[in-house]
Amino acid sequence: MAVIEAEDLKRTYKTSTGTIRRKTLEVEAVRGVSFEVGEGELFGLLGPNGAGKTTTIKMLITLLIPTSGFARVLGRDVVKEPREVRKRIGYVFGGERGVYERLSGLDNLRYFAELYGVPGREQRPRIDHLLDLVGLKGREQERVEGYSRGMKQRLHVARGLLHDPPVVFLDEPTIGLDPVGARELRALIASLTAAGKTVLLTTHYMFEADALCDRLAVIAQGQIVAEGTPESLKQLVADRTVVEIETYGVDAESVDRLRGIPGVASVWVEDRDQAQLVLVQSSRGLELTQTLLGHLDGVRVGRVAAREPTLEDAYVSLVGEGAD
Amino acid sequence: MSSARLLVIGWLFQLKMQWRDPFTGIFAVLYPMFFATVAFLMFRVHGGATSLLYAALGAGVMGIWACVSTTSGSAMQRERWHGTLEVLVASPSPFALILLPVTVAMSTIGLYCMVATLLWGRLAFGINFSVVHWGAFVAAVPATVVSIGCLGFLLAVTFVRYRTAWALGNMLEYPVWLICGFLVPLALLPGWVQPVSWVLAPTWGMNAIRQSALGGTPWPDLALCVGLGALYIAVGVLVLDRALAAARARASLSLT
Repeated sequence: MAVIEAEDLKRTYKTSTGTIRRKTLEVEAVRGVSFEVGEGELFGLLGPNGAGKTTTIKMLITLLIPTSGFARVLGRDVVKEPREVRKRIGYVFGGERGVYERLSGLDNLRYFAELYGVPGREQRPRIDHLLDLVGLKGREQERVEGYSRGMKQRLHVARGLLHDPPVVFLDEPTIGLDPVGARELRALIASLTAAGKTVLLTTHYMFEADALCDRLAVIAQGQIVAEGTPESLKQLVADRTVVEIETYGVDAESVDRLRGIPGVASVWVEDRDQAQLVLVQSSRGLELTQTLLGHLDGVRVGRVAAREPTLEDAYVSLVGEGAD
Repeated sequence: MSSARLLVIGWLFQLKMQWRDPFTGIFAVLYPMFFATVAFLMFRVHGGATSLLYAALGAGVMGIWACVSTTSGSAMQRERWHGTLEVLVASPSPFALILLPVTVAMSTIGLYCMVATLLWGRLAFGINFSVVHWGAFVAAVPATVVSIGCLGFLLAVTFVRYRTAWALGNMLEYPVWLICGFLVPLALLPGWVQPVSWVLAPTWGMNAIRQSALGGTPWPDLALCVGLGALYIAVGVLVLDRALAAARARASLSLT
């Protein structure tokens, strides 16, 4: 039986503009998302900012009511049985918000243990265990406002696990963390499925999804554009080659010229400080490097390299095509 | 039992957090002295120890109401800003049991205003604090505190639903001083105002405190104060689930 089920979930936001002549706009954040997550699975929802990941997760954890469609967690309807769903899930989101900064980590955990119905006698051992697990032992008496971002994030994780939920939702949990902190947190996330929990993780870090997820869905502009294991998604671009061209001051017109070259599947530009890295995917076997450079006439070019496609390239391709 | 435990722990948690808020601290220390000074200077014109004690008690309850009206709205907005409102709503506990301790903690901090007002009156203006019915007074003060907290709870329900409703709390601060007779006897107000006064628990709490201190029959007023407080909770609980469902439908639990 699927632990998390989402079927044709849609969510529209209404926003208004103007003061006197007010206009109401409708924004479709999620446009018919369907997926299932099995017991003990770590399922990733991968997508760029604004793709609809957080809206989807908020519908699943009962904080938002879907405009249409339905979702169940452990067989409980997230709209009709929100309290039953909440008892069985843990929710962790990224960033520094969501904790009471003027109080200590221990105060926060005690309060939330009470809210999550952890019996009084079990609270202290449970909190001690979680402080150990997230590496905050010895710092629990300090006010949260003095914690680093990573410590606050680990406090979030401890809060989400207080009632030992069988299902855990993690919304971009490593966002803004330093590499060491992010690595430690990923190890902690991996240990959750080892403990038998079902995890839904949203992220826009490809390597994170690749390293952690059993299966993942790529979401772009509110729709799932691909679903499968990281390996199967990599296969989507297995017949392609990626050329990386470091440029300085490449403009949109030049990028459009590259897109028009026969055999080019997609072009993506990443800003790297002063430079821009132009990533060109093309059919395997085609030697396009000289042609590409010829179309960048007048643009200062640095390093040029060809390589095998990665999951990130599959993602770029999917999101790019989803955007088109 | 678990509900009572949640209420008490929530109340202690909120008290601890509020005391660490510099704004609340300054508010709690300065406002009672400000209110008391204005009240004493006004009432001193007509002299009389009784009228000064009348003013002192009114100023004390003003402080309790000021704490609740201004901070219950901002407390909900603060929960939104800090991203904790969603975390609270996402917990399986009934939200009424989470929200009520927030506003009762605010009114408890307001209780300090009553003590500070009476002390300030004694030290700065030489007002002799004498109480006719100590038993009723000791019952009336906490009952008024809790009832004002319950009124704050009813207001906070709207603050949960509407992001901008916190401004309403600030707007209500001054009218309630007048309507509930904290400084001016209700008999001096226009007749059409009085029905509004009757449905506000602070009116009856104020009467009960004054009647117990200055002499009179405080118990009927006290019963009305407690009864209205209970009614606010009942209405708040009934409305809260709808308010939360509306907030989930309109995505107003968070700022983003």
